[in-house]
Amino acid sequence: MKKPELLVTPGSVDELVKQIKAGADAFLIGEQRYGLRLAGEFTREEIKESIRIAHEHSKKVYVAVNAIFHNHIANELDDYVMFLKQAGADAIVFGDPAVIMAVRETGVEIPLHWNPETTATNYYTANYWGKRGAARAVLARELSMDAVIETKEQADVQIEVQVHGMTCMFQSKRPLLGHYFEYMGKNLEIEKRQGAKNMLLHDPERSNKYPIYEDANGTHIMSPNDMCIIDELQELVEAGIDSFKIDGVLQTEEYRLEATKLYRKAIDLCVEDPDQYDEEKNSLLEAAEALQPEHRPLDSGFFFKETVY
Amino acid sequence: MNGLINDAISEIVDGKRVIVKKPELLAPAGTLEKLKIAVRYGADAVYIGGQEYGLRSNAGNFTFEEMKEGVAFAKAYGAKVYVTTNIFAHNENIDGLEDYLRGVGEAGVTGIIVADPLIIETCRRVAPNVEVHLSTQQSLSNWRAVKYWKDEGLDRVVLARETTGEEMRLMKEKVDIEIETFIHGAMCIAYSGRCVLSNHMTARDSNRGGCCQSCRWDYNLVEMEDGTETAITQESDSPFAMSPKDLRLLQSIPGLIELGIDSLKIEGRMKSIHYVATVVGVYRKVIDAYCADPENFTIKEEWLEELEKCANRPAAPAFFAGTPGADEQLFGIHGKKASHDFTGLVVDYDEETQMVTLQQRNFFRPGDTVEFFGPKLETFQQVVGTVMDEDGNELDAARHPLQIVRFKVDRPVSKDDMMRKGL
Repeated sequence: MKKPELLVTPGSVDELVKQIKAGADAFLIGEQRYGLRLAGEFTREEIKESIRIAHEHSKKVYVAVNAIFHNHIANELDDYVMFLKQAGADAIVFGDPAVIMAVRETGVEIPLHWNPETTATNYYTANYWGKRGAARAVLARELSMDAVIETKEQADVQIEVQVHGMTCMFQSKRPLLGHYFEYMGKNLEIEKRQGAKNMLLHDPERSNKYPIYEDANGTHIMSPNDMCIIDELQELVEAGIDSFKIDGVLQTEEYRLEATKLYRKAIDLCVEDPDQYDEEKNSLLEAAEALQPEHRPLDSGFFFKETVY
Repeated sequence: MNGLINDAISEIVDGKRVIVKKPELLAPAGTLEKLKIAVRYGADAVYIGGQEYGLRSNAGNFTFEEMKEGVAFAKAYGAKVYVTTNIFAHNENIDGLEDYLRGVGEAGVTGIIVADPLIIETCRRVAPNVEVHLSTQQSLSNWRAVKYWKDEGLDRVVLARETTGEEMRLMKEKVDIEIETFIHGAMCIAYSGRCVLSNHMTARDSNRGGCCQSCRWDYNLVEMEDGTETAITQESDSPFAMSPKDLRLLQSIPGLIELGIDSLKIEGRMKSIHYVATVVGVYRKVIDAYCADPENFTIKEEWLEELEKCANRPAAPAFFAGTPGADEQLFGIHGKKASHDFTGLVVDYDEETQMVTLQQRNFFRPGDTVEFFGPKLETFQQVVGTVMDEDGNELDAARHPLQIVRFKVDRPVSKDDMMRKGL
């Protein structure tokens, strides 16, 4: 059985080195000017350094160029894409078709991963982007296990799914935290909290707390729970899913490293000794639960949850 | 280069500049009745939802038979019909899509508004005569992406609501494709398509029509420091809110026309016929007035007042001139009451007796001052005199929705004119 890639999101070059030891196979990095909701900011120099180190260890580096672009940044994409090719990035992760245009117009040959987040919801459209240059589709987190597996069966492109971490529920171009502070007359607070990543929206009706933060891409509101399906990997491995991602945005480095170790073990067991995986999966889940801060319960995302419309 | 006068948009006729590229005024039509009203009040095109694949699972939504009837009605007025087919489909939605799109094609609509490439490609295959317009759900906000969709053969793109006027200018300069943009109505505060609050909070899929507008709810803001929470929102404060004011680009219509925008779109398939009639009527007048004589055009106060008569939220220009500020959001309030109630729809008028026959839509009684407005009617005030029911019995008030009533009016009115009452 094929072993799926374990893809993680380091916050720095130092962490990337530690993540290699922790068992990661591939890394998603970038900077907020071009990429969405990253665990850390990587300058061009740091991207080059990351790729160099990763390649020494036969690991892969994918660079996030998946923001929703306005004209002024769309104009910079040729330069960034050529830089990434030269730096040796293993793939560019995109959502906006402006990236396809930049790749076509510069003639750069580099694998593309299609990741528009919430809107990657069926196999036909995954294959559509495949025909336009995508080697991989990163599926929306709002899909059920059955839908993910059916998509893999029908897809001509590699399939990546998130197996752990927070997911984004909402992105606005407006600076909503800043606007609230301004409305409240707390102008001093704005400066202090610029870039703060420890704010939560409390939804009393559902007793949920949603992380909220602002960056160059606007305001992001995140899921109240962390997704974790460390005990449900068997079906996905059997279906041949190509990449399992742990999204470590808004988590600590320590958390991310521990999560990588747990999933490394889970994936290896699941592929090499499925019976043993079956034995150990509950304790792996317990170990993952032990990593969680009190206000962030684990759940299985939408893998086993029905949505209507 | 950036001057106001664009040759393709205007011409000099008898020494006077006139606009020759008049944009389409595109109105929402949640039901067949709304479609007819929108067209009667001056829409050049309407967009409707079918029974499936659209994003308003709670709107009236048209059967294929109703679509045909709507297309025939619109055609008689030279107007077009587009069908919103803009869900992001899941695998389970693929079955049935071909039949559905064939049905849409056979209904004779001009185009469909689409977000998912699955639907774009399927429409091309099974209903090749139907135009394909890219939905705002794709959050299209740069010229290179516009170019991408042009190269893919799309007929038109609807821009992200986050696009500024200057950004539109560059898109128009760089790419030869029809551009449609929103000018009026309620808006998502998130990038469209990039919000799944409903999925998380109510298990309803927002990108398949299940949005329950969780962004309009109230929240409390708290700060988490070393595992300890501190409330930022105090008891006495207004809760955290992210509810945007409604879009209103009335004052920017001249700018949009000069940019060469092809279609100006009003939001609101769930809104009443009174809303559709009022908003379409105002923008029809604004577009016509500007195009006829751009140099002497001024915004009339009465147009803005007219829009207030059906507005249930304060309005703002949103992104047209740049990222909107805090004053373009609602804090502490969830909306406002429109200044007028829709009280009746004219179904007939008898010139001899000067009697109007109305379908009642809200309570009114003799002695009330009401106003009549309509597509060809100069708005006038009227004090309601003796009101009678269908059988000629005098009434102390018109109490029942859809009840047919009659009374005498000072000026002639016609079918589909409307009566409203100030509050």
